[in-house]
Amino acid sequence: MKPKNQRLTLLVLAIAAVLGAVLLAMSALKDQAAYFYTPGDVAREGLPQGRAVRIGGMVREDSIRRAADGVTIRFTVADETARTIEVRYRGIVPDLFKEKSGVVAEGRFQPDGLFVADEILAKHDENYKPPELDPRKGEHRSKSLT
Amino acid sequence: MMAETGLAALWLAAALSLLQLVLGAMALRPSPAADGEAEALSRAIRPVAVAQALLVGLAFLLLIQLFLRTDLSVELVAANSHSLKPWLYKFAGAWGNHEGSMLLWVSVLALAGAAVALFERRLPERTLIATLAAQAAIGLGFYVFLLFASNPFRRLDPPPVEGNGLNPLLQDPGLAFHPPTLYFGYVGVSIGFSFAVGALVTRNVGPAFARAMRPWILGAWIFLTLGITAGSYWAYYELGWGGWWFWDPVENASLMPWLATTALLHSVTVLATRDSLRAWTVMLAVVAFSMSMVGTFLVRSGILTSVHAFAVDPRRGAFILVLLALYIGGALALFGARVGTVKEGTTFEPVSREGALVLNNLLLTVLLGLVLIGTLYPLATEAMGVKVSVGPPYFNAVAGPVALALVVAMAVGPVLRWRRDRLKEAARRLAIPLAVTALALVLVLALAPRLSVLELLGLVLASGVGVASLAPLWGRNLRRTPLFTWGMVVSHFGIAVSLAGMASNAAFTQERLVAARPGETLMVGPYAIRFDSVQPVVGPNWTAIEGQLTARRGSHDPFVLRPQSRAFFTPPTETSEAAIATRFDGQLYTVIGKSDAAGRWQLRLWWKPFVTLIWLGGAMVAFGGFLALIGRVRRARRARDREEAWA
Repeated sequence: MKPKNQRLTLLVLAIAAVLGAVLLAMSALKDQAAYFYTPGDVAREGLPQGRAVRIGGMVREDSIRRAADGVTIRFTVADETARTIEVRYRGIVPDLFKEKSGVVAEGRFQPDGLFVADEILAKHDENYKPPELDPRKGEHRSKSLT
Repeated sequence: MMAETGLAALWLAAALSLLQLVLGAMALRPSPAADGEAEALSRAIRPVAVAQALLVGLAFLLLIQLFLRTDLSVELVAANSHSLKPWLYKFAGAWGNHEGSMLLWVSVLALAGAAVALFERRLPERTLIATLAAQAAIGLGFYVFLLFASNPFRRLDPPPVEGNGLNPLLQDPGLAFHPPTLYFGYVGVSIGFSFAVGALVTRNVGPAFARAMRPWILGAWIFLTLGITAGSYWAYYELGWGGWWFWDPVENASLMPWLATTALLHSVTVLATRDSLRAWTVMLAVVAFSMSMVGTFLVRSGILTSVHAFAVDPRRGAFILVLLALYIGGALALFGARVGTVKEGTTFEPVSREGALVLNNLLLTVLLGLVLIGTLYPLATEAMGVKVSVGPPYFNAVAGPVALALVVAMAVGPVLRWRRDRLKEAARRLAIPLAVTALALVLVLALAPRLSVLELLGLVLASGVGVASLAPLWGRNLRRTPLFTWGMVVSHFGIAVSLAGMASNAAFTQERLVAARPGETLMVGPYAIRFDSVQPVVGPNWTAIEGQLTARRGSHDPFVLRPQSRAFFTPPTETSEAAIATRFDGQLYTVIGKSDAAGRWQLRLWWKPFVTLIWLGGAMVAFGGFLALIGRVRRARRARDREEAWA
């Protein structure tokens, strides 16, 4: 092969590799990226089924219930709309997770509307309010067993 | 006075970097008025680079001293330190914040420039001058950033009575080691970039340039490898989640330069040995530095929030973005303008060492692209108002298979001959590793039939590739094998060791999460663990609840683990300190959580078989790089001595 042709072949290979990476990434992202929902979003758009999502809102007062095993909790996430989300989580919650405080959870909705979280991210900010709901500001997370 | 001296030193260093850039540009003018003048200019540039490093080093030492003395009249100290903090964290806390870490960044950059000025002998004089000028241009941008947007020496009047303290997650010996190591890597990559710019400017891309550049790339790559390995282990034991890699954007920010530098390291070898892949190697040097700039941007701009992102000032993010665009855009424009003058190198057949290294480069590029897109995608969608997170499901699904293919290429490449080889003969050379792979496949399928495909492939390939990576040593006189060949073998073997640890951890980890009363006994893996008691303990700047667990394995002596849940005073934060017991065949990892009204405590226990191989492998990869570096430098010195003897 002539040097010039070889260089051309390599260039084509490199472009093919980069394009391949982009296409692969885009198709995987369509299935694997977790979208963010507030209770209001769920009320408007319905339950996102069959994929991992993130939900966020405030933990409603007096809603945290601990199951008999001592490591599973249920709580209610609310925002300024009427819709709420029931969440179940098995694991050690982050230290900043408490009632009347912001929370973001990653997991999946069950067909009956229960959200099974496999990760809980609580807010650093004590003065957290729903309108500034930002899933990535100052999070503290903890992972679930399941 | 100390803060003012530091600021003055920083200004002077900035001025010297400007001088370094101007001197370089003047010396390289297309038609120098007189040769003598150009020579005088180029003689001046080395001392300037060294003086610049000394000044910025002084500024950095002064900042450390301010932190050690907890001088609260300095805003940065007041905001990030506390008089009760242990000594080590006062010291390392100097770079546990945005301004201090950027000062460390430029200090390392200037140090690297000075090292090139002092020790680089093989590069032609004009290329060296262009390289130092490019290095000064990078430094100048960051000096401006420090002096105008992140001044670490700003005074506070009146000084507060006490400081705010350091993020407790950072109060760990890891802080003294992980950031400096990673910065040496990040910034070391800038040398490769400056070399590439220098070679393009002076039209000098060839094997000699590659041989001169290689040790510097190797050095940066060793630090990157160590920094990533240390960071992974730190996150593993400090965060208490039992995971060693989270595909967090800041982790990806360190992985991406590593992938690009690994590719560069291999293509630079092709260029140095066989004079092929000229333009490609220069391009990779630009890409590698771009990735370390992207990493700096992601981590330092404040667009991500994590323990790494101290800055939440949008101006700073914009500033770094402008620098990034300037350097990358400039380098790409230079590349576009000069790539035509880079002559084609020699040719090779697809089945050859060169061919395998091209495959390595293509796969690494694909991997880099996948990680980069996954990392930037949430930022891009958020700019359009859609909130998305991309995590392990994406990265494991796309990066896992590509990484495994890469590992296979790594096993085959080193046994191929340069220029031309035949697959049949290569297969014969790999007969033993192939047999081991087949045997491992049968064994794993028989002993652990319920593994996922990736776990199965990981375990099987780790054993086959581990054996294959030793193949370059077979039939050689081991005492006469060059040190850099040993380096390659050790590094490749380290990759296999690390892969084995990852696969074993993924496949065989056992986990228990329970609420238990003191006195109960729990089983995890081969261990029976008795939950003895809970007691309060006090540290220098925290109090904690400490659990006492007694672990027993068969007839071995029992031992005690004490996981803690710590509450720091300043800033008031709770962290959990895992208690980890390391055995040759794995780690027992224990975390204590909260108590409930019934007097039960949440306990989380893991048995992680051979998980330590992950970091042991990482350390081996870095050590292999170190052997190769010594081997290359020694051979270069011997060649120079021989030349001088002839002269």
